[in-house]
Amino acid sequence: MEHTPPPLFRTGPTPLTRLLMLSTLSLMLLVADARFNYITLLRQATAVVLYPLQRLATAPAAIGRRISEFFVTHGALREDNQQLAARNLELAREAQQARALQQENAHLRGLLGVRERAGMPALAAEILYAARDPFARKVMIDRGIQGGIEAGRPVVDHVGVIGQVTRVYPWLSEVTLITDKGHLVPVMNLRTGLRAVLAGTGDEGRLELRFIPLAADFQTGDQLVTSGIDGVYPPGLPVAQITHVERNTAYLFANIQCKPLAGVHNHAQVLVLGPMSEKPERPPEYDGTAQKKRKKGG
Amino acid sequence: MSANSMTPQELLLPVRPGFILLTLVLALLANLLPWSGWTAWLAPDFVALLVLYWCIHEPRKFGFLTAWLLGLMMDIADGSLFGQHALAYVILAYAGTFLHRRVQRFSMAPQILHVIPLLLLTDLVVLLVRALAGADFPGLPYFLGSFVGAALWPLLTRLLKLPQRPRPDPDRV
Repeated sequence: MEHTPPPLFRTGPTPLTRLLMLSTLSLMLLVADARFNYITLLRQATAVVLYPLQRLATAPAAIGRRISEFFVTHGALREDNQQLAARNLELAREAQQARALQQENAHLRGLLGVRERAGMPALAAEILYAARDPFARKVMIDRGIQGGIEAGRPVVDHVGVIGQVTRVYPWLSEVTLITDKGHLVPVMNLRTGLRAVLAGTGDEGRLELRFIPLAADFQTGDQLVTSGIDGVYPPGLPVAQITHVERNTAYLFANIQCKPLAGVHNHAQVLVLGPMSEKPERPPEYDGTAQKKRKKGG
Repeated sequence: MSANSMTPQELLLPVRPGFILLTLVLALLANLLPWSGWTAWLAPDFVALLVLYWCIHEPRKFGFLTAWLLGLMMDIADGSLFGQHALAYVILAYAGTFLHRRVQRFSMAPQILHVIPLLLLTDLVVLLVRALAGADFPGLPYFLGSFVGAALWPLLTRLLKLPQRPRPDPDRV
């Protein structure tokens, strides 16, 4: 810098040196984080320091919600109650049907010798805040390692899938939403049973089906549910609805836009589902070197 | 704005390190508030703003290491790449320290004109890091927060200088 201190005083390295040192350190961390997952421990240590602040920052909103819940009017409550009663009746009817179907299903499965799909444990959690990262779609929920959450668990709300736990901290975890760019969900068209891959676009409220041939039977309004073939999302959870189908013969694939069903961007209660009970054996990793050796040998 | 942009200098009490720490914690809190929708685009990066403020006004008491650690915390809070904010804040701290004598001499409006490019530089560093990691450009509103942050600069300066003002002497008539 412009002022050189007299040698009597120790001032440490110059600003430029410090800048270069810390920048190099940051770059090393960035590479370590982006390429290898070496720094989980460092992340978690920093997360512990940050945790009280995260809770404190979200406290006003939580208190506000609680206060507004307290001052709910009699009329609103009655209306709510009526709606819930109606919904309850409807659900009870469905539940009765489901019980009958379950029995029938168990019977048929028994006949076929297929293992029964076990019910899945679920943990309730609350969305604390949406991460401020404009490059990604993520939310933080208020349960972490201490709450028994692991990375890879699917997260749903009362309507459908909202995303997947991608990082866990001691008391919080990070959920990547299905709208995140690069997030893929294997889905199935409920109407036709066709399987496809649903990709996030990075836009709020817009998803797209990729690599669908022009002739495939997908229509506006079709519901998409998880197909369960990825071993992450259990089958049959509602994910999205098709909003727009465009078939242009100039392109190889149809352009199919969807919108997520679940309240992906609302602050709400969510459920973190347990791990899938039955996973098929993982196929052996494709080993490029073995292939090469074989080629050399042959 | 008059052509003579020099302002009368006031004598201030030395700032207490505890006060700096308190403001930084408050800035972190402000960043962690559940911003959503368009407010998330408008909300400035308060931590970056505070880092810049202390680098310009108290470069002797605010180290690069503090800026770097704050950056790491923001990375955790955002769930972004570990080190992107750290890198951006260190570069910002360096730029702030480098320019502090110059910026301090100016009155408010030219100061803001210095603050805008510095905050945009921080945004650019983050953008560059994410672009290298394979992210898309999120659109021009991405830079809005920096302008809002710069608009808050006069208010921030006024507020943060309050505890440094000497108390009026009761004996003076």
